Formats: sequence, C-alpha cells, structure tokens
Amino acid sequence: MLEQLIPNLKNQIGKLKIGNFTWQNSRAFWTVLALFIIIVANRLISPNFFSIQMVEGRLIGSLINILDGAAPIMLLSIGMTLVIATKGVDLSVGAVMAICAAVAVMLINQYESGATDFYYTPPFVILIALGTGALCGLWNGILVAFFDIQPIVATMILMTSGRGIAQMITNGQSPTFTDDTLAFIGRGVIFGVPFPIYLYLAVFLLVYLLVRRTAIGLMIESVGINARASYYAGINASLIKVLVYVLSGVCAALAGLIIAGEVKSADPHKNGEWAELDAILAVVIGGTSLSGGRFSLGLSALGVLIVQSLLTGLYISKLHPTANLVVKAIVVLVVLLFQSDEFRRRIRQLVRRRA
Amino acid sequence: MSINEQTQFPLLETQGLTKSFIATLALSEVDFTLHAGEVHALLGENGAGKSTLIKLITGVHPKDAGTILLEGKVIEPRSPGHAQELGISAVYQEINLIPTLSVAENIFLGRQPMRFGLVNMRSANRRARELLETFHIDIDVTRDLSSYSIAIQQIVAIVRGVDLSAKVLILDEPTSSLDRHEVETLFSVIRSLKKRGIGILLITHFIDQVYEISDRITVLRNGLKVGEHQTQELPKVKLVSEMLGKELTDELMVQNGQQTNGESEHETFLQVRGFARRGMMEPFDVVVKKGEIVGLAGLLGSGRTETAHLIFGIEKSETGEAYVKGQKVNLTSPQKAIRHGFGLCPEDRKAEGIIDDLTVRENIILALQAKMGWFNHLSRKRQEQLAQEMIDALRIVTPDTEKPVKELSGGNQQKVILARWLISNPEFLILDEPTRGIDVGAHVEIINIIKRLAKEGKAMMVISSELAEVVDYSDRVVVLRDRKKITELEGDQISENTIMQTIAER
Repeated sequence: MLEQLIPNLKNQIGKLKIGNFTWQNSRAFWTVLALFIIIVANRLISPNFFSIQMVEGRLIGSLINILDGAAPIMLLSIGMTLVIATKGVDLSVGAVMAICAAVAVMLINQYESGATDFYYTPPFVILIALGTGALCGLWNGILVAFFDIQPIVATMILMTSGRGIAQMITNGQSPTFTDDTLAFIGRGVIFGVPFPIYLYLAVFLLVYLLVRRTAIGLMIESVGINARASYYAGINASLIKVLVYVLSGVCAALAGLIIAGEVKSADPHKNGEWAELDAILAVVIGGTSLSGGRFSLGLSALGVLIVQSLLTGLYISKLHPTANLVVKAIVVLVVLLFQSDEFRRRIRQLVRRRA
Repeated sequence: MSINEQTQFPLLETQGLTKSFIATLALSEVDFTLHAGEVHALLGENGAGKSTLIKLITGVHPKDAGTILLEGKVIEPRSPGHAQELGISAVYQEINLIPTLSVAENIFLGRQPMRFGLVNMRSANRRARELLETFHIDIDVTRDLSSYSIAIQQIVAIVRGVDLSAKVLILDEPTSSLDRHEVETLFSVIRSLKKRGIGILLITHFIDQVYEISDRITVLRNGLKVGEHQTQELPKVKLVSEMLGKELTDELMVQNGQQTNGESEHETFLQVRGFARRGMMEPFDVVVKKGEIVGLAGLLGSGRTETAHLIFGIEKSETGEAYVKGQKVNLTSPQKAIRHGFGLCPEDRKAEGIIDDLTVRENIILALQAKMGWFNHLSRKRQEQLAQEMIDALRIVTPDTEKPVKELSGGNQQKVILARWLISNPEFLILDEPTRGIDVGAHVEIINIIKRLAKEGKAMMVISSELAEVVDYSDRVVVLRDRKKITELEGDQISENTIMQTIAER
C-alpha cells in the first residue's frame, strides 16, 4: 500500500507550485518527507513534543530548542551550499568560527577593562569579527580561484591552522566575557524567540535575494556544472568563486559569534568543532550534489533540521546516549539512499519482480 | 638482429580487419602491413578509423572479423598488456606513465630489478641510464618524470616500450605538443629504432613530418583503406585529396554563390597582426570584415581551433596586436573579447559549449546575462520571451524553454549555443565546426543561418572540415597547415581543388 501511497502523494504535492519552485523535484520531496517522518516519530515518543510555553518572556519547547540549536549550522549551510554549488567545499568553517569568536572576545575584553577607543565598542567588535570571517573566506577563495588549488586542499590549510591561529589570538586560553551586546547574539530573546533564529532568517533572506534576484545564482550553478563552458560564455568564474568563499567566511563568523555568545567565552578548541562536517552533511541531505550545479538554500536548512530533530528525538527517547552517533549515521544513510535515483530504480525493480 | 631473416613475412599484418560499434562501422576489411625496420605513417581525418585500427592491434577492443598476424603467426591480443607481451607496444599522446615517479622507476615499473626481495634502485638507475644512452639521451634518471619536457617524457615512454622487447612500436601523435627542436630529438630516436629492425607505426597530423620520417603511407577514410603508397612516390596533393575524399579535377569547381563585389563595400571589423603562441600557432595575420564570411580550412591539427582560441582570448597570444574597427584592443580573455562584440561557438559542444544541467532558457540567456553583469538581472519573463524568440527563429526542437539542454539532440544543442550568442547581438561570430555531428536537416539549416547572419552585416569566421561547405559560404578562405597560416584565397580562387592544392604544396 505504501508503494502506491507515496507516488500518489508525490503527484498530489507535485501539482503545488510555489513561485518557480516545483515539488516535482524528487530530492525536495524526499527531504521534506524525511523531516516530516522524524518529527512525527518525535511526537510519538514524547507526547508534549509540539507544546510551546511562555516562561519568563521566553518560549520554551522542543521545536524552539531544535531551531535555536540548529541556527549556527543553518547559517554555515548557507555559505556551504553556495560553495558546494560551484563544485567546491569549505572545510575551514569550523576553524573560522573559532578565529572570529577569539577576535571578538579578545577585543571586547579590552572594552570591559576600560579601553575607550571606538573600535573596542561592541558594534565595532562585531563588525571586525565579521570582517575577519570575510578575510578568511577571501584567502580560501583566492587559493581556489586564482591559484587553482583543489578546494578540499585549499580550505584544509585554514582548517588545520585556524585553531592554532585562534589559540594564538587568545594566548592559549579560553577567555570569558560579560558584555551583554555580544552575549545577545547567542542568548538574546525577542518576542520570546531566541535571537539566533532571527539572525538566520535575516541572513537567509539577504543571501536568497542576492543569488536569486540577481544573476549570481545562475552564474554559480553554471560554473559548478561546467566551468570551462561558463568561461567561454564570458562568465567571470574566478570572481564567482571568491564571492562564495567570502560569503561562507562571513556565515562562519556569525555562527562563531552565536556559540561564543551562548557560552560567554571563546574556546579555540570547542567553538565550531566538527561544524564543517555537519554543514556539508546538511547540504548533501538537502540535495545539492557535491559535484556542483543546482542548489537550494532552503533544502539545505531542512537538512540541518533533519539532523537536529533526530538528535533531539534521540535525546528525549532516553536511548542510551552511546548509540546516538550510530543511529544518526543510519538515518542519514537512509535519507541519502532514498534521494539516490539509482537506489530508487533498484527498489522499483525489486518490487516489480515480486509482483 | 638481421632484418633480412624476417622479410619473408611482414612484421605485422592485418587481413580484412573489421570492427563496428553500435550502428556505426568503424573499420571495414582493412588490410595493413608493417615491415621490420620501417616507419609506416597511418593517416586520415577524424573518424577515419586510425585509432580503431590501433585499438584492435593492441587488444583494447576485440575485432569483429579479420586476422592479425605477427611475423606470419596469427595473434589474438586480448589486452594492451597481452599485446605488449607479444611484442606490440603503443605510446600515446597523453603519456600513460606516472609523473611523480623517477625516470628509472617509470622505465622499470612492474619489473624492477630485485635484490634480497627489495627493489634494487641502484641497478635500475644504472640500466635506465644505459638504455637512454643508446639513444644519445643524457639525463638524470633519478629525477621525477614530471620535471622533464613532454619530448623527454615521450622518449622515456618509447624506451620503456622498446625495452619490453617490442617488435612493433605504435606512436600516436607523438609530436603534437613538441617544438621543432624536440621533434628533431624524437626523430633521431625513431631513426635509431629503425636501424634495430623495429617496425614503427606512426600517426600524425603533420604532413611535412610524414615526408620527413616515414617510408610508407596508408590512408584511411570512413573506416576504409583508400590507399597505400611509398612516401617518396606520393605527391602531397594526392595525399590530401585521398584524406579528404575529394577527386582532383582539372577544371576549377563552379564558383560559390556569394559574390564579393570588390572589397570596398565591406568595412573592416577585426584586424589581427602577428598573433602567435609557442607550441600552438606560428604568427598569423587575419582581417575579418562586416558582412563577410572568412572560412578557415586545413587538416585536423593544422591550427584552426588554435587560431579561433587566440582571437577569442581563450589562449593568450604572446605576440602581435589586434584592432577592432581601427581601435587597438586587448584580447586576453573571452570576457574582453565578448565586450568588443565577439562570440564563439566552440568545437567541443559538450565540454565547452552547453551547460548540460541547465535549461534551454538558461543556456540561451547565459552570455547576454554575463555581459550585462551580475546585478542587471533579466527578469524571468524577459528570459522566457528571449528564449522563445530564439527557439522560433532557429527552429530549435524542444517542448518548452524549461527542458534541460542535455536532453536535446546534437543539432538542437548547437542551435542553442548559436542562440546564446545571437541574443547578445554580437558583431563578430566565430563558429568552430558548427555542423559536426548533427543530422542532415539541421546541417542545411545551420548553413542557411550562417549565410543569413553575414547578410545582416555580421563579421563571421567559420571553421569546418567539410571543404564543400567552406567553398559554399566563404568570401575568403584562410588555409592553414602545421600550425601556420599558408595563404588566403579569395573570389575565383575558392574551390575545393585550390584549397587542397594549397594545403599540400606551398
């Protein structure tokens, strides 16, 4: 019955058309379905999964927790999606988070100890941290675009050296801070909703408009699918590549500030640890191919939410925590298999042979 | 080894060798003989069957029919490795050695001299040095192969092949990326192999080199053997006409329909002086006028595509200058060329032309959008409108504008790339083999489009292997040979005969 139900459902949904985006795209279908199933499963495990309460001006509930916890990786997924669409990858984002957090916290400590120069004030500290992220992205972009170094190798340089740089900035410590403005990025609440969620939505909207309301999105896809033909058609492929790595660096800076704000410190080792892999995983679950080309920022965000909902589900299911990583791997594998055209073809063959 | 002992049988012989791939006959009943101590050139244009013949002899593909004999004995090579054991080695244009290993390691890869169960590198190095010295090549064999020029890498590949006790050595385009001096070095190696009684089968596009080094020539065309000659007895013009499949006639062909009523009518669009790039193209001058079609004719590898790439800025010219409408311009990237009103439909449609996952619409608007910049975005509606206009104008067969371009036929893909340039309204279009690999109907349509564009006043440069086609639409024909511009033909001079004679003679 399920075999009939799913194509049927798919046809029904397929007729829905939102702007240029059709649900006919099967990857989109499977990604949304996966998220749906995981959320329903969570609801079965925990009856009050959907409940949201207002406590001391702050919304409390599993769904809010999932969004709040996913925000840093969702931010990374924006930059990572664009980088992967150009047939690249950015392994340095975790380390860039640590660097930017270190820069921000060291500067804000000067401010707290009484320095009055304007560049120690919180708004400028935040700007400098974002600039640092952009600079890291520029470095990656130049290595990839102008020196033709393979992205995985080019960004690995900053990935490995980045945490060392962060340690140098913090003199090997994990400095803490008390400034409320900086902490607000990670812990702030507006209308009961955690600030990181607003931050993500704002960046998503900005980048979406930047790539889809200009020609940049098409250029990114074109370069990712066939860089040579794009060059012949007059596209400045190098500039496109630099742009996506810079965006990825800025997203990493924001993610690093969120983490630093949450724990009110800059830990050169823990901030953004494994974040690059989570972001890549989310992009892949979202259906953007690692071999470049078509991308969807929204589906990458769903990819993050799938992983985050799953982790939340595992947590509330009181399953032994040691099993978490293995269960996560299995679910990710299942999602990826269902997205694979080849896998679905084989399953269909198998079903047909039985019938 | 004495050559005479073996002359009772040819060294290598094929009888009625036949091979077809899905629906196409690649090689049809080809008889071919190679003697010991001879250099035998195998010539033909694209799709003639040269590489198929070699792949059957070296066991890459199984043959459908016919026999292969080595020293009079029937052999059935199953793989390149097996062919090598039998004594047939092949060295390809893309050298299949390992660049990060040393010269000596490459020569002895897979059969290193062992000592106490370990590779005896010292003995390998000594033997490699000795081997190379017999060819008067004196290099440090312990350095990485990649640190040497392509010529030396070729020679290392040859030495490796010969040391594997080769009787037959196949050289596929060995000189295509070498300069004159390097070609000399390679030829001296070939001559010393000849003296040792090795039979050498040579594939090359360079006609002059064929006459310099080869003893005999076999010409293939469309999978058939069309001629076998002693090199010294074959006039070049006969060779060219055999390769192109055109009979030489005494009277000139009927003049083409385009009338060039004196040069004064056309205004010069582009003038190029002394463009060149080492190892790619000798210095050339060319002028293209508005409303005029300049044909580029020459054999495969003569430098036609290279000329187009230099003009379009894909490869940067090392010398010379270019003028667009009298103004000196800088043509160092496609972007710059496009800004001056250029467009290029590349030869390799799949690798350089279409963006296969993008839709017909996106492919069509790509160059225009790139020209307009990132932020001057064509609205979706305008894109659809432009794409639809082009689909109608060029009669592109597609259900709608949103079909991925990879699902279209070759001819329609070619039209999409043409459309991509046409909507950006270029003043000068370069078309590299616009009719290759497309069906007959589309072929005629594309030629009509080319003529129409010239009539509308666009400057055009068209590269084609189809001589009849070039003669049909060209106002002038630039003839190329061995990466050199030989001459330019105009008006009454343009005929298949004169083009062939020019390629062969001057």
